[in-house]
Amino acid sequence: MAKITFITSDGNTTIVEGSTGSVMELAVQNKIKGIDGDCGGVCSCATCHVHVNPEQWDKTGAPDELENDMLEFDDNVSEYSRLSCQMKVSEDLDGLILTVAK
Amino acid sequence: MSSTTQNKVCIVIGASHAGVNFAFALRREGWEGEIILYDNDKEFPYHRPPLSKAYLTSEEGTEQSLLFPKENYKTDNIVLKLGIAVNTINKEEKTITLANGSVQQYDKLVIATGARPFLPPIQGLDLAKNVFPMRTAEDAINIRKTINKSLTKRAVIIGGGYIGLETAASLKKLGANVVVLEREERVLARVTAPVMSDFFTQLHQNNGVKILTSKNVISIENKDDHNVVVCDDGTKLNADLIVVGVGIKVNSELAQNAGIVIENGIKVDETAKTNDTDIYAIGDCTYHFNPHYKYHLRLESVQNAVDQAKTAAKAICEQEVVYDTIPWFWSDQFDVKLQIVGLSKGYNQIIIRQEEAKNSFSTWYFKDDELLAVDAVNFAKAYVLGTKFIKSKQKLDKSKISDLSIPFKPNSFLA
Repeated sequence: MAKITFITSDGNTTIVEGSTGSVMELAVQNKIKGIDGDCGGVCSCATCHVHVNPEQWDKTGAPDELENDMLEFDDNVSEYSRLSCQMKVSEDLDGLILTVAK
Repeated sequence: MSSTTQNKVCIVIGASHAGVNFAFALRREGWEGEIILYDNDKEFPYHRPPLSKAYLTSEEGTEQSLLFPKENYKTDNIVLKLGIAVNTINKEEKTITLANGSVQQYDKLVIATGARPFLPPIQGLDLAKNVFPMRTAEDAINIRKTINKSLTKRAVIIGGGYIGLETAASLKKLGANVVVLEREERVLARVTAPVMSDFFTQLHQNNGVKILTSKNVISIENKDDHNVVVCDDGTKLNADLIVVGVGIKVNSELAQNAGIVIENGIKVDETAKTNDTDIYAIGDCTYHFNPHYKYHLRLESVQNAVDQAKTAAKAICEQEVVYDTIPWFWSDQFDVKLQIVGLSKGYNQIIIRQEEAKNSFSTWYFKDDELLAVDAVNFAKAYVLGTKFIKSKQKLDKSKISDLSIPFKPNSFLA
């Protein structure tokens, strides 16, 4: 079980719990505003972009090449950008804080 | 919203990408009344794109790829009525009639009936065993079962479009002997440039799939335990499994019979509304205007389904909205990820940028100086940058695009 905090663009903070699937799926399930996951989680639409709390970057690790390519030219990209469909929910992510990208 | 929707009923016909995304979007936009979704398909609404890809090669059911988790329908009070056909729409009475005869009243109706596979008039096709289209979870399961049960695993795919090629790649992974028969001179002829057709033909051949073009299937002969696929040039192929992927027919009859205007699909305006003020249509079944490209079209894609769904939800909740998107698509075959942005129709020049890595390149479609579309093969950067350039209509220096010595950055290619 992992508790993950989402901070949305309207400033709301939501803490959700999950144990399986991707972080994107967990967010959709909990109606986190700004996470759509239109492509179903195959790294094709970038509608699940989040910024990882910099201090927790080692929890999530860096994106792979495809994910990085999807993010590199995004207007709202940061050093700590990830596509949440490419992050698996596991106990390693317990306590993670994610800010939903605009 | 100016008027209360508390006691109103919104009915959606079709619970796939468009219908389901619409229902959740409508709730999000503030609709307080009932939302009822009907679909013929008994399966809980699932993602369709994986069917010909990962789903076919896995042992999983659709529970791994639901559009939304089951709980969300409950929490959003969206009523799903699955395995139920809608027979008629009466727009004067504002009712629909179900197959069981019961009548349901609506205040707003959304038609998201999509399309069905087109089965070509091939002699013997209707009697042949183990012939399937690839559209529903049931189709995918049937295909998977048939190939897993067969000892000889001879699969013939009629149609070399994306569905046919994706299915071919997945069947190859399952250990099948796969032949793709394409009527045109090249695969993907209807949707992409010759250079892309060549690439995918090569990719499939390198992976052991046989691609035969200019093959017009005229009949299927039924033997005891298999079929023989016969082409007009005399080619005969034994098949334990036949997959038909030659395109679709729009499910527009329900709308047509109700007196809704049909033009190459259900005709809708920029808010996804039909010629009836209380009836909207979304997704594959619609014929709509694209403001960027300035022509009407029908689109078979997840992007169109989801974005048109969001547009219709906003419109029904009385928000100002115009459907204005740059279409995007994707396809996965073997180790290749193809990402497409834009519509290449009408292009008169293509530029190819080949990256250093093999199997990694992009095709840029231009009409004179305007970038229309980009096909990115294992190179998502071109897809993302292409999207930006198409949207902004920035002038590009075409000669720079194919020049690998120029770094791949947003400002590198501007004229």
